[in-house]
Amino acid sequence: MALTNDIIKQQLIGKFGQDVSDWNESFGMLTFTSKKDLNLKVLQFLFDDPSLQFRFLTDLCGVHYPARKGEEIAVVYHLHNLVDNVRLRYKVFTAAENPEIYSATALYASANWMERETYDFFGIHFIGHPNLKRILNADEMDYFPMLKQYPLEERSRVDKDDEMFGRD
Amino acid sequence: MARPVQYNINQKPLETPVGLVKGPEGVSGEGFFATKLSDVVGLARKNSIWPLPFATSCCGIEFMALMASHYDLARFGSERVSFSPRQCDLLMVMGTIAKKMAPVVKHVYLQMAEPRWVLAMGACASSGGIFDSYSVLQGIDQIIPVDVYVPGCPPRPEAVLDGFMKVQDLVGKESLRRRNSEQYKDLMNSYGIE
Repeated sequence: MALTNDIIKQQLIGKFGQDVSDWNESFGMLTFTSKKDLNLKVLQFLFDDPSLQFRFLTDLCGVHYPARKGEEIAVVYHLHNLVDNVRLRYKVFTAAENPEIYSATALYASANWMERETYDFFGIHFIGHPNLKRILNADEMDYFPMLKQYPLEERSRVDKDDEMFGRD
Repeated sequence: MARPVQYNINQKPLETPVGLVKGPEGVSGEGFFATKLSDVVGLARKNSIWPLPFATSCCGIEFMALMASHYDLARFGSERVSFSPRQCDLLMVMGTIAKKMAPVVKHVYLQMAEPRWVLAMGACASSGGIFDSYSVLQGIDQIIPVDVYVPGCPPRPEAVLDGFMKVQDLVGKESLRRRNSEQYKDLMNSYGIE
């Protein structure tokens, strides 16, 4: 029997009950969320369960939602079942003041650099990561650029005319 | 069987016969020719500039087109591009330089021997280009002194040749004492280079 989104949902609710929530299906991809403390358990379950077998971490990224107070920063895992060709999106949220998420490096080796990138741009501290340091930006950078409070543009330019760039 | 050629089938006569470089002005006579040393040295240097293609992004591809046969840069004397800064005259920075790459560009510039020139090709090397962002260096003239800027995104090979000819002008007219002058030393100090 092919793996459908309903089966995935049933299996997850069967194992975790009310801890997994916010079920959404956008463009055919099932999306759900849970508390951040359970992220490793959920990932491990999705990996081990013989009917689910989500063994490929396609992407691990961060999102900053300044409007969600108390859980501004999200970490999104995109998982893929290579046998049945089914994709899944899993989000966990954390507060902006001291963002900490358990690292998935023990389960997926690809999470190593993806978590370093997420740390580099959002400042999320991944607990248990073997080498959490900046990967894409210059090491001397003292802030996390993808957070919405920082401007995208270079801050040291003095020659930009206010009239030409209307919003400056 | 190949298709018959449709283009370039009429022989065009040469507009000017392939010639030699125009020599410097001077006093000539029976068996001697007197001119300024800087003219002769400039003439020699400007017709044999060895560039270092510091190609980072798309402008690097345009440089490849420039070095190829159609827009041939070799006919200006830069037959040998060196990727070693110790052996080159002209640092051509082509492409976006990120802030993480900036110390590398500076290090390459410092390894060049005098006399050295820098050509910034493209919008990104001249001013950061369209990438006005936290990670892109807004122009390499923030870290090294630049002689010629070639605007464009990417500049056409003819535009780069124009810039290259301007570098040739600079090289040909440079005074022999320029690199030891106070003004040059001040310029280097403003960049933090001894």
